[in-house]
Amino acid sequence: MKPGFDLDRLLNTLGAWALGLLWFLPVIYALWTAIHPGEFATRFELFAPLTTENFVNAWNAAPFARYFLNTVTLVTFILIGQFVLCTLAAYAFARFSFPGHNLLFTLVLLQLLVMPDILIVENYATMRVLGLVDTIVAIGLPYIASGFGIFLLRQTFKTVPKELEDAARVEGAGPLGILWKVYVPLAKPTYLAYGLVSVSHHWNNFLWPLIITNSVETRPVTVGLSIFASVDQGVDWSLITAATLMTSGPLLIAFLLFQRQFVQSFMRAGIK
Amino acid sequence: MYRRIEWIYAWLLLMPALILLFAFTHYPAVTTFWASFFSTPRGRRQAEFVGLENYITLIEDETFWQVLLNNTWFALITIPVSISLALIMALWVDGKLRGRSFIRMAYFAPTVLPLIAVANIWMFFYTPGFGLIDQVRGLFGFGEVNWLGDPELALGSVIVVAIWKEAGFFMIFYLAALQSIPPSLREAAAIEGASRWTYFRRIVFPLLMPTTLFVSVNAVINSFRLVDHIFVMTNGGPNNASSLLLFYIYETAFQYWETAYASTLTVVLLLLLSLLAIGQFYFVDRKVHYR
Repeated sequence: MKPGFDLDRLLNTLGAWALGLLWFLPVIYALWTAIHPGEFATRFELFAPLTTENFVNAWNAAPFARYFLNTVTLVTFILIGQFVLCTLAAYAFARFSFPGHNLLFTLVLLQLLVMPDILIVENYATMRVLGLVDTIVAIGLPYIASGFGIFLLRQTFKTVPKELEDAARVEGAGPLGILWKVYVPLAKPTYLAYGLVSVSHHWNNFLWPLIITNSVETRPVTVGLSIFASVDQGVDWSLITAATLMTSGPLLIAFLLFQRQFVQSFMRAGIK
Repeated sequence: MYRRIEWIYAWLLLMPALILLFAFTHYPAVTTFWASFFSTPRGRRQAEFVGLENYITLIEDETFWQVLLNNTWFALITIPVSISLALIMALWVDGKLRGRSFIRMAYFAPTVLPLIAVANIWMFFYTPGFGLIDQVRGLFGFGEVNWLGDPELALGSVIVVAIWKEAGFFMIFYLAALQSIPPSLREAAAIEGASRWTYFRRIVFPLLMPTTLFVSVNAVINSFRLVDHIFVMTNGGPNNASSLLLFYIYETAFQYWETAYASTLTVVLLLLLSLLAIGQFYFVDRKVHYR
């Protein structure tokens, strides 16, 4: 290795930084516009006055508090549901032999391809029959039995040594006891990874919630934001960017704080 | 006797998940096919069996062909570009680099942001005249461009946003794969006198093949699924120039309430997805086999 100047490395660093800044530009721009008065939305002066007014105005212009409550409820409901149902199913696939094992597992994997996101027409009809249109339950229900979650947890459970299970059985634990005392604690990193992926996915989901909700009491922030932004269409950019940052804010802050865990969980979730 | 109990136990464990899975994935997939042979029920009029009528409408529907063409372009561009960018990003972030954690965060940030929200920011970038892109172009003496209003440019503008959203997500998978390559390979290559490019082409790239396949399956699915930003940016316009299949399904079903025809369109989407999946599966040749 030559000491000192290395052109190749310099070019790579420059390229990486250029792309990084380009990629981050929308966020930087949104921050700029949101913390400055409206007239600076298109004028970039270093010493433009700062303000928090845009956030206050945006917050008051639409029922964002309610939207946030709805999203948090929704995300929690989905996460708990997924953890419980996927754990049970993954345990069955990982440790039990029964007729139909392979067929059922293939059907589960099929969901990785044909997601409920695509079947909006028929799922809407089902929700109407069930009388669940315009409820938070209806937004979450199609996603609770997640093929991805079952697959991920099954892979993790399969790596648990059989000896641990036998030891627990000797102590008199039943199948559910073994699941709870042996498998679940050992799969904690997978739960964290899957949880982060699930929360960010459903926080951001838009199309299905847009279809199935039609009132302030059920709308999540993504749908609320789209209605807010289309009413003010093109009028006040500072207000729209402030609202945009607000809705993605909690995720963005969580992401900045737990950056390492976030990236690692996505990596872990992706290793197949 | 013990086996029988084990079976029942396993089925009981599976029951809740499978019921929901069938109710919202398999059952609707089947009824979509069924509904595509019937007319849309209106008011007191029940749905009637109409045979292939919806499919004839489909073949004669110019908008459908336009949307299908748009979606093909969308897929043909977003898939290779976002995957190559993801690989380059991963190689950069995996190497020694000043400010590596900032750059990694910058690449990954679009993944955690709601597409519908960032579409608002991109809207502003694209605004003719005083949007950021036109301002930068103005510095070099170029005139105004109506990025989202010009039928020639609208689809391209929508594609850029999709690439921006996806590349960082795929980067993560490459990064994970790169970090699992033992450093001894690099040392061995260096001793042999192989250049960095040769090392990448002959050793790293082949080792990343399973990741590339996994990522491309995801990219294919996403190219039919990423439509959120269209709602904000173009609403499919101008003149359906930037409409994609799933967006058209939404419009047909929930704005025109032609649910039977929307089911027919969904059948096309399902067929496309399965064909691509089968194609990829044979292409993969069981290299990435699930244990």
